[in-house]
Amino acid sequence: MLAYIIRRLLYAIPILIGVNLLTFTLFFVVNSPDDMAASQLGEKYVTPEAIAAWKTKNGYNKPLFVNADAEGLSALTDTIFFTKSLRLFAFDFGRSESGRDITTDVSTRMWPSLAVALPTFMVGIWVNICVALLVVMFHATRLDRWAVFLFVSLMSISYLFYIIGGQYLLAKTWRLVPISGFNADNQPWKFLILPVLVGVVAGIGSGARWYRTLFLEEANQDYVRTARAKGVSEISILFRHILPNALIPILTGVVVLIPSLFMGSLLIESFFGIPGLGSYMLDAIKSQDFAIVRSMVFIGSILYIFGLILTDISYTWADPRVRLT
Amino acid sequence: MKPLVLWSDALIYLLVISLSIFFYKLRQDPQTRERWGQVFASRLGMVTFTVIIAYVGIALLDSLHFRRALDATEGVESGEIFYDNKVTSVLDVMLGGMGERFERTYSAPFALKSFEKKNMKDEQGLAIRDYPPLKHAGQYLADPADKWFDVLVKTTAALLWGLVISALVVGVQWFMLRGSANPWYASWGIQAVIICFGVWLVSISHYYHVLGTDLGGTDVAYQSIKGVRTGVLLGTLSTLIMLPIAVTLGVMAGYFKGWVDDVVQYLYTTLSSIPGILLIAASVLLFQVYIDLNPDFFSIGMEKADARFIALCFILGVTSWSTLCRLIRAETLKISQLGYVQAAHAFGVSHTRILARHILPNVVHIILITFVLDFSALVLAEAVLSYIGVGIDPSMGSWRNMINGARSELSREPAVWWTLSGAFFFMFVLVLAANLFSDLVRDAFDPRTSMRSSGT
Amino acid sequence: MTHQTGMTPKTDIRMRVRNLKVKVADSGDEILKGVSFELQAGKVFALVGESGSGKSVTSMAAMRLLPEALVITDGAVEVEGQDLFELSESRMQTVRGQRVAMIFQNAMTALNPVQNAGKQVAETLRLHTTLRGDALRQRVLQLFAEVGIPDPDSRYNFYPHQLSGGQQQRVMIAMALACEPDILIADEPTTSLDVTIQEQVLELIRDLTHSRQLAVLLITHDMGVVRNTADEVAVMYRGEIIERAVVDDFFHNPQQEYSRRLIDALPDLTHFQSVAVEQPLLQLDDVKVYFPIRQGVLQRVVDYTRAVDGVSLTIGRGETYALVGESGSGKSTLGRAILNLDDIAGGRITFKGEPIQSLPRRAMLPYRKKIQVIFQNPFSSMNPRLTVGEIITEGMISLGLGLSAAGREERIKQLLQRVQLEPEFSQRYPHEFSGGQLQRIAIARALAVEPELIICDEPTSALDVSIRAEVLDLLQELQREFGVSYLFITHDLSIVPSLAHHVGVMRSGKIVEQGSAQQLLTNPQHPYTQALLASVPRTDPA
Repeated sequence: MLAYIIRRLLYAIPILIGVNLLTFTLFFVVNSPDDMAASQLGEKYVTPEAIAAWKTKNGYNKPLFVNADAEGLSALTDTIFFTKSLRLFAFDFGRSESGRDITTDVSTRMWPSLAVALPTFMVGIWVNICVALLVVMFHATRLDRWAVFLFVSLMSISYLFYIIGGQYLLAKTWRLVPISGFNADNQPWKFLILPVLVGVVAGIGSGARWYRTLFLEEANQDYVRTARAKGVSEISILFRHILPNALIPILTGVVVLIPSLFMGSLLIESFFGIPGLGSYMLDAIKSQDFAIVRSMVFIGSILYIFGLILTDISYTWADPRVRLT
Repeated sequence: MKPLVLWSDALIYLLVISLSIFFYKLRQDPQTRERWGQVFASRLGMVTFTVIIAYVGIALLDSLHFRRALDATEGVESGEIFYDNKVTSVLDVMLGGMGERFERTYSAPFALKSFEKKNMKDEQGLAIRDYPPLKHAGQYLADPADKWFDVLVKTTAALLWGLVISALVVGVQWFMLRGSANPWYASWGIQAVIICFGVWLVSISHYYHVLGTDLGGTDVAYQSIKGVRTGVLLGTLSTLIMLPIAVTLGVMAGYFKGWVDDVVQYLYTTLSSIPGILLIAASVLLFQVYIDLNPDFFSIGMEKADARFIALCFILGVTSWSTLCRLIRAETLKISQLGYVQAAHAFGVSHTRILARHILPNVVHIILITFVLDFSALVLAEAVLSYIGVGIDPSMGSWRNMINGARSELSREPAVWWTLSGAFFFMFVLVLAANLFSDLVRDAFDPRTSMRSSGT
Repeated sequence: MTHQTGMTPKTDIRMRVRNLKVKVADSGDEILKGVSFELQAGKVFALVGESGSGKSVTSMAAMRLLPEALVITDGAVEVEGQDLFELSESRMQTVRGQRVAMIFQNAMTALNPVQNAGKQVAETLRLHTTLRGDALRQRVLQLFAEVGIPDPDSRYNFYPHQLSGGQQQRVMIAMALACEPDILIADEPTTSLDVTIQEQVLELIRDLTHSRQLAVLLITHDMGVVRNTADEVAVMYRGEIIERAVVDDFFHNPQQEYSRRLIDALPDLTHFQSVAVEQPLLQLDDVKVYFPIRQGVLQRVVDYTRAVDGVSLTIGRGETYALVGESGSGKSTLGRAILNLDDIAGGRITFKGEPIQSLPRRAMLPYRKKIQVIFQNPFSSMNPRLTVGEIITEGMISLGLGLSAAGREERIKQLLQRVQLEPEFSQRYPHEFSGGQLQRIAIARALAVEPELIICDEPTSALDVSIRAEVLDLLQELQREFGVSYLFITHDLSIVPSLAHHVGVMRSGKIVEQGSAQQLLTNPQHPYTQALLASVPRTDPA
């Protein structure tokens, strides 16, 4: 087990290097610092001098990979690749194009993100499992068919409609909760209710449908037949035999998402004005702040890889058949 | 008039032609035919397929573009004809100038007056502030109170026409499909509904704005229909771009195993570890920078918007192949162990031949399922991406452009709900049809689910 | 065992199935066309038939556990005078497990994989008795001991996958017997087990039948199992019982032609293939196939699974060499190694005196023409998207037999006729054929390149008994006609006598004993061969 985890961690290194190279290529090779400067400065102000000044200010005035002018080791270190990309491995994210310290931003903004994402995630799974179980109890009846149709309909509605609809109904028409905003000190839950609710409702369609399929897949296994032959009632079969078995794919399917909860949700956060990482990314994209985007890509990849490792570990925890070697 | 072929037009027609050939080939395979038969043997399959075809039809009509010749300026004699910078499509013509009846700003569905007050002069020349009448909505009515009666009369007339046309269309099909066991009647019912709705919409739009107008005074119904092309194209083109990458890499990894497999797995793990939305956003932004710096590439605005659109499809395709690749790799691994591949090895059949004859035809069903499944996901994703600012160029008709202003519109008093509703309706119907259809396709083609439905 | 009054005079009848009819809900096809029988205390009643004959449906219908697609249209199942079909579902749940218990084929999947063995047995007791806590545990341990599970105390906490196949089936039996039912329905209880373990489990069922005075319904396709276990037998064919008799009578004097075919499929250990001295065609010399076991942080190879661990054997021209072994013994891997589908770790493979091991693809091509293969599962060994004609010509084209298109066409026709199929079949697709027909097509495909050796990897184990004999006969005819040799890989010792000239018994990658069929089967030396042989069912009550 330990050997397995160590191996997975080692395996993460080439992946992170790959991520790094890819973003580097995207940001500095395809799109040269000159282009970046030009678009940041705006068409009217593009002069060679202005570009050079912008590059110097933001540290893009170095060569990409090898600095022929420098001597010794700094031929490799005094380059854009080293200063902008490799630094990320030391969790040194540097400063955004607008001069803010990214590390500080990330560490303060990740908590509001988590405050929304974690309850959404937990409540969401719980609600989806309950709804799916309820539907499975009525399997092969008219109710089941209509429920599936309802799930597919819910799935077919864009997230944006859920957000807009939720805000319109709960906040504007009924005035139950504030439309948006976040105040960590003063009754933060008041601001969280709506985004969490919207997040959960928007997920019911696909979630419950998926879980229903998993439950039905288990319901066709041989051991269910054995349980019936033992005289176990249908309800007990559902809860004592099908549920524990179906929890394995459910669990391992969602565990990969847990680390990414820190990243928050782009849409929810920006619509509800929550100062988390999601809206941070969105602002960065909108203001074309590549330094932030680059850092967030890196953090996102680390969290994803971490999620993959957690998934494997959760397998051994949920399924006695799985041993990691 | 000068025809104009946008890149996306060319691609979509290419796609339709190649898909037709592909399905024609596929028809010869008995198993595939049997499975498609299963899909179309259900009423739901017929209905959803008809709806999808209707959307695709609209998209195709909207992909035949031309530029109108401008009337020669009076007094200026020149042999040269100048063309309108505005691009028109066949669909615009068929909609009967629906998109050319602009108002000043918002107006509610079937309204006669504008949504906002305006300073006007009355007959006596006094400045008053009131709701101005609309230019293209029921101004011929003697009394505004007759409006609903007028709507009723025009609706009846339109529906009668619609029924006549549907009867013709259905009649021809009925004649051609005599003796078919499939529930065609379900499809015909939907066809009649769509035709009647279309005829009604086009005819009544001459007199009223059925779904009102938006901030810029454009007819909302027109905008919703124009959004169809963007939605359909995005869904299909992105998948199409992704397919070759995913299939080639997936099949190679599953078949050759060893280091090829390691490399492919590394590639898709790396790619999928990057948060998708960031990767897409970053790529689109970079492309935007490129367009901005090279404005000479595109002669008219529409071409620029189109280039951006294709780039978006391309980026969506390139960034989303990993799921399909993983599925195909797993399936290929499984097939490689089967007796017929082993037997082919024992006969000394070459690798290329094994791949072409034994592996590829047997993973087609996965490609198909993914294609239909991804379609609806991509249509939904477009709205989200556009919100982030990396989607479709605002000059291109798209549902999300309609959703975008929804927040401020809904917070008005009274709320402007019709733009959002228009986009919602057209998008929901398409995605729902695609989702339901993909469910049926998956049931028919996925051996696991078909085993389940047989009840043993 | 108490009995209610008002029963039929024969008081030891425990279950009476009367005129049971079942049909498919959608299509209305009749699956069972009026099946009737009785189960008696202390007796094993065997219901035999091939796949699709309706024997499993009978048992599931009796327990009211049919899938939704099937409906019971008529009939009654009486237990102690009570018709089970008239009970409410909740009453029925008290019958299942308590009065009538069931055990199933393939215990691995029939047990809940995430619940430990003890708990699964305890669940039955919990449902139908008042036992709780330590008493419950003690009872389970007692049951484990009764069904012969070693070290019950630690096995209690084992998950199914940690138990061996035989132990899993024993847990199933313990579960079934927990509430002391009167009736036991055993649906192919030994089918997925190896022969030696199969025998032990059957013996357990026999013992329990007597010690507990159980009424047992044994469902099986295996006449050997019937011969060794049952008291009475009923043959099912297409949803009907066509013959019913006491076991001894049945085997000595079957009334139906179909029954006779089933019995004839049992081995006759008195007639053997005569062995002539032939020149060797294929020789294996100390062949090894290893699969690496990787461990640790860097996944270094720490050891090897020795799938084939030094096998030497010789196959002569025109003779059949049967390689017998249980699952996992390495016999199929050996076949793949000869075909150069798996790499060998050591040893020599010579074909007509030429070494052919580890040849690159091109150099191997001439030998591919000479060595062909037939696989176990006929359904997966044909590409579903090719026609039969295309399947058969594949080898002719890739191995360059130099035939014109018309010549190939002609050859397909000849081959199909030779394996007793219609020439017109060449235009059809595999899914239109039955397993037996597909296996004939597979034989035609192998013959197409005129091989001198065909490796038959369990070619008949996926087929029903009556069809099995036809395919084996065909293989022998072809051998006489074309002088082709076979390496016949099988787990089933019973088909060996009529087929093989030489036999090798394989276990854990090694051949433990080999020799002429007659010598090995009449006078086995190695204890493992003896055990295998002892568990082979035979017609003559030895």
